Amino acid sequence: MPENDPLFTPKLTGRDYTTPDLRAKLTGTARFADDFRAEGMLVCKLLTSPLPHARVTRLDTGAALAMPGVRAILTADELPPPADSVSDSGAVIKASPWAERALTMEPHYQGEPVLAVAATDEAAAAAAIEAIDIAFEALPFVIAPLDSLRPDGANARIDGNVWLPPEKPGEQPRVGKLKWTAADFETAGPNRLPLGKAAAEWSYGDVTAALSEAALVLDETFVTPNVSHQTLETRSALAWWENGKLHIAVGTQSTIQTVPAIAKWLNMNADDIVLVSEYTGGGFGGKITASVPVIIPALLAKKAHAPVMLRVSREDEQGIGRARPSLIGRMQAGFSREGRLLGLDLSVVMDNGPYEQQLDAAISGRMGSLLYQPLAMRWRGTAVLTNTPTRGAQTAPGGLQVSALIGPLLAKAARRLNLDPLAVCRINAPEGRAPVGPPKADGTLNAATSAFLKQALDRGAEAFGWQARRARPALTEGPVRRGIGVATGCFVAGTTGFDGLFVITPEGRVRIHSGIGNLGTESFSDVQRVVADAMDLPWKNCEIVWGNTAKHLAWSCVSGGSQTIHAMSRAALAASLDARAKLREIAARTLGGKPEEYTVGGQRIFRSDAGQVGMSFAEAARRAIELGGVYDGHECPADVNKMTKTSVAALAGQGLLAVARDTFPHDGQTYSYVATFAEVEVDIETGMYRIVALHAEADAGTVVHPRAFAGQLGGRSMLGIGHASRQKWFYDHEHGTPVSRRFYQTRPTTVLCLPERFTWGSVGIPDPQTPIGARGIGEPPTGAACAAVLCALSDALGDDKFLRAPVMADAILAAVEPETWRPAATLSANV
Amino acid sequence: MAIIRDGMQPFDLYQPTSVEDALTLADRLGADAWMLAGGLDSLERFKDRLKRPKAVIDLGRVEELRGVRREGEDLVIGSMTTLTEVNRDPEIRARFGLLAEAAGEVASPQIRNQGTLGGNISQDTRCWYYRGGWQCYRAGGGTCYAGESTQGQNREHALFGVEGCAAVSPSDTAPALIALEARLVIKSAKGAREVAVEDYFVGPDTDITRMNVLGTGEVLTEIRLPATWAGVTFYFEKVRDRPVWDFPLVNIAAAMQLSGDRIDRARFVLGAVAARPWRLPQVEAAVAGRARNAAVDAAARLAADGAVPLPQNGYKVALVRNLVKRAILGKTTS
Repeated sequence: MPENDPLFTPKLTGRDYTTPDLRAKLTGTARFADDFRAEGMLVCKLLTSPLPHARVTRLDTGAALAMPGVRAILTADELPPPADSVSDSGAVIKASPWAERALTMEPHYQGEPVLAVAATDEAAAAAAIEAIDIAFEALPFVIAPLDSLRPDGANARIDGNVWLPPEKPGEQPRVGKLKWTAADFETAGPNRLPLGKAAAEWSYGDVTAALSEAALVLDETFVTPNVSHQTLETRSALAWWENGKLHIAVGTQSTIQTVPAIAKWLNMNADDIVLVSEYTGGGFGGKITASVPVIIPALLAKKAHAPVMLRVSREDEQGIGRARPSLIGRMQAGFSREGRLLGLDLSVVMDNGPYEQQLDAAISGRMGSLLYQPLAMRWRGTAVLTNTPTRGAQTAPGGLQVSALIGPLLAKAARRLNLDPLAVCRINAPEGRAPVGPPKADGTLNAATSAFLKQALDRGAEAFGWQARRARPALTEGPVRRGIGVATGCFVAGTTGFDGLFVITPEGRVRIHSGIGNLGTESFSDVQRVVADAMDLPWKNCEIVWGNTAKHLAWSCVSGGSQTIHAMSRAALAASLDARAKLREIAARTLGGKPEEYTVGGQRIFRSDAGQVGMSFAEAARRAIELGGVYDGHECPADVNKMTKTSVAALAGQGLLAVARDTFPHDGQTYSYVATFAEVEVDIETGMYRIVALHAEADAGTVVHPRAFAGQLGGRSMLGIGHASRQKWFYDHEHGTPVSRRFYQTRPTTVLCLPERFTWGSVGIPDPQTPIGARGIGEPPTGAACAAVLCALSDALGDDKFLRAPVMADAILAAVEPETWRPAATLSANV
Repeated sequence: MAIIRDGMQPFDLYQPTSVEDALTLADRLGADAWMLAGGLDSLERFKDRLKRPKAVIDLGRVEELRGVRREGEDLVIGSMTTLTEVNRDPEIRARFGLLAEAAGEVASPQIRNQGTLGGNISQDTRCWYYRGGWQCYRAGGGTCYAGESTQGQNREHALFGVEGCAAVSPSDTAPALIALEARLVIKSAKGAREVAVEDYFVGPDTDITRMNVLGTGEVLTEIRLPATWAGVTFYFEKVRDRPVWDFPLVNIAAAMQLSGDRIDRARFVLGAVAARPWRLPQVEAAVAGRARNAAVDAAARLAADGAVPLPQNGYKVALVRNLVKRAILGKTTS
């Protein structure tokens, strides 16, 4: 590439625009999985477990099958056995014996699917389920993780109660048994997390020395909530078979990566799956590659020889819809007189649910080390299995929890040290290539690609008017108490190594084939603005093909962990550079001279020293077809993913084919950050409170699409507010079943609950380790907003008032009138 | 038999356009029929398969059940008038602002557009055990899971009148109507009857399986507001976990006739503290004839008299006292 040829000149990137899916969404023509219909379509309903842990001892489906309209019943023994999978590097990942399956004869939570019925209509399917003769043997169950860790506590699974690290290097984590001693519990007392033997731990620096030398040591315990995801669209799926191929319409956070996931669950060849997912009504992490229940309609469709729709209702979604795990955290933290966090001893117990190990506990340690930069740190974590619904990563998994655990702790330290909480946030904020735990094998720490959180705190404080608000006298008369809070959040914000793919057609247009899921963040489209800029094209000349793997899509990242803007803007640029190189070569071969003597611009490729000598994109595309080989996709780079290769082969000959894997340099781990400021007014006579102002200031690199960026900051802040204040999760511990199962109880907060004044901003400093400069923004607002609201509540009512979130009216009243404090379930993850 | 709580059972749908037709249908179909108002409570229970009517009589097309009109000094509200309409009606706002305010606090804008005044006062309890299909006393079973089980979840349950059932009345408008001494017109094929709204509601001591007196074949047609409390000083407040789309933890509706600062007479009614709206006659008697400031402490003390908190709802005692205090003095600002 010529030295003076810039990688990328942002003209469209960074500006608002009309996304290609907007009209369909606004007019209602967008089709979500539930909207699909097929001739002869059957519908299926699930028979779910009424018990938290049980074994099916009798099952007779005869009467149900004989009912009018009933076409097929699928049971767990008809599922393909769990399959091994192969990573991109070729490593075999053994199938886990503890993985969630679509159906089971040993349900591990109330609401878990046992079997499925396909019938001509929902009424017939429901009636058939009631006609099934089934009996369960109740098995021991446990709802609260700490109960399971007690010496005589029940185990959620027959073979254990916790996830343990691999026995040998290279092996996978395993389920085993871990119990703490009665002395562990007795030493801790009722309101502190016992410090029994943890399943995993790491450390760096001398934490004991740091705590002993600290001017202030705090020892705090806090419980973050279990939270149902409750995306707007439930996880419905329509499946049918044609000529041996499975066609399936689902909601997903990655169109392309859901194909191998389903192939694994069904133990079939990925080439025989066509996945349709143009629109997904929210993912939150629970639909990263859809989820395993989507194979139910696929198997029923095969059995019944008809298309089958699994229409997942809210009732189903309460069970199978994924939930964020609660962390019970204990933080022993030592501060200098200036508020610097000298040592942090963080212990967490996670409510893992019954299946795959969730990473929230481990990530809480990593994010804690980054976000608060303790000079010495120890993390200890135990993922405890419980008979509650399957957990799944939700926005900033582990990141939200650690902000909720430690954000209020910093604020308390500030009050004890007579410091400004903002100053304590700032002095502990990561900066530049900040170190990140856990330590590597050689004892050193990893490094972030960049961090400008201090700048975000400074800008945010100004926009929020922090000092002016702080200077006001406290409200001490009347029923209203006012509090302000500032907190920070961070999370992973990008990955690398994915593929970009587009075709310059003989008409001179650019058709971009994207495997990114479209779950409402607009990143599937936003990253392609880079193609337009890098190719110097008007946006109207670009067409994005997405949402259907029959349309030959590129291997893309999953839109989880806010990777997309970072990962796929890089991939888009990589493909663009491939296109520019091919255009130059085609021009040189056609018009003479050397490739580096040509420039791309104005939808042409022309000689740099003689602009009239050149060819249009349309001419170049036709010439690419004539030349064949790499130019029109008949040859494909070796380093792209095999699914991209399949797509390239299918697209070969349609024009100039640009395809490349992102190999741009990248040194460090990519994270984004948010500083959030909140003010609450608490009515101490009713326990209700209002968030009167909230400002979120982001450090997420270059902003690619401001309107979508603002939507992410706002929406994810609202999600965090829901965790702090609203989303209910109540369990009957005697029977092991949830009682708050209505959507109005578990739903995320909505636009009707917006803070009265909500503002946002962005530092906008490009990340130096990615050519576009952009990092993801979806994750960190959640933890920052949750913690900022919790800090503001403590500022209003005093320290040590709340032991858990969400903080609802009864907790506020209990804080004001401690005699109403409910003694039960204080440290239980499930109230 | 396996249990499924998900999926509506088919039923015959009738959509009469007159009260007369609705009553004829109700008479003919008897106990098999279900009267449908806005549908927000009913459809949920159908979908849960806890109620399985063979026939549903949808009152949504009966125009004569909608609207607000004046009859002499009375204001007459059709039972199918939506909560949004009640909230916005100029005459209700001018004379009976208490009801307008209560209607405006129900759920969310979308639900208020669909939900009706008749439906809101006739809805079933939100007890999470009962709604979840647990076989409690109210559902015909043998225990109260919220009130009698040692680990029952009862933070949202009753303080008063727990006679085998700790469920609470979830209505926001019912306390307001009781405070206003509304009367309800109930019709059936056999004729019409009028009941004081206070007598419309049924506690578990009377009948543990029902929340109101509406019988088979009967339709609530009108809510009549007499002039008795028109234009007096009102207070309504609803405490809930979420600012919108939530049921009350406790609500209060109060009407006070004042002479200067003296309370001549008053009515105080709480919601969500018992299976029926809970009037506070002792408080009413204690404040009558007294200045507001002089009356407030005794009133707040008396408000929670007889309360028997469950393990997790003790906070409601404080709430009840605070809300009565605020109803008398008004909400002060810091």
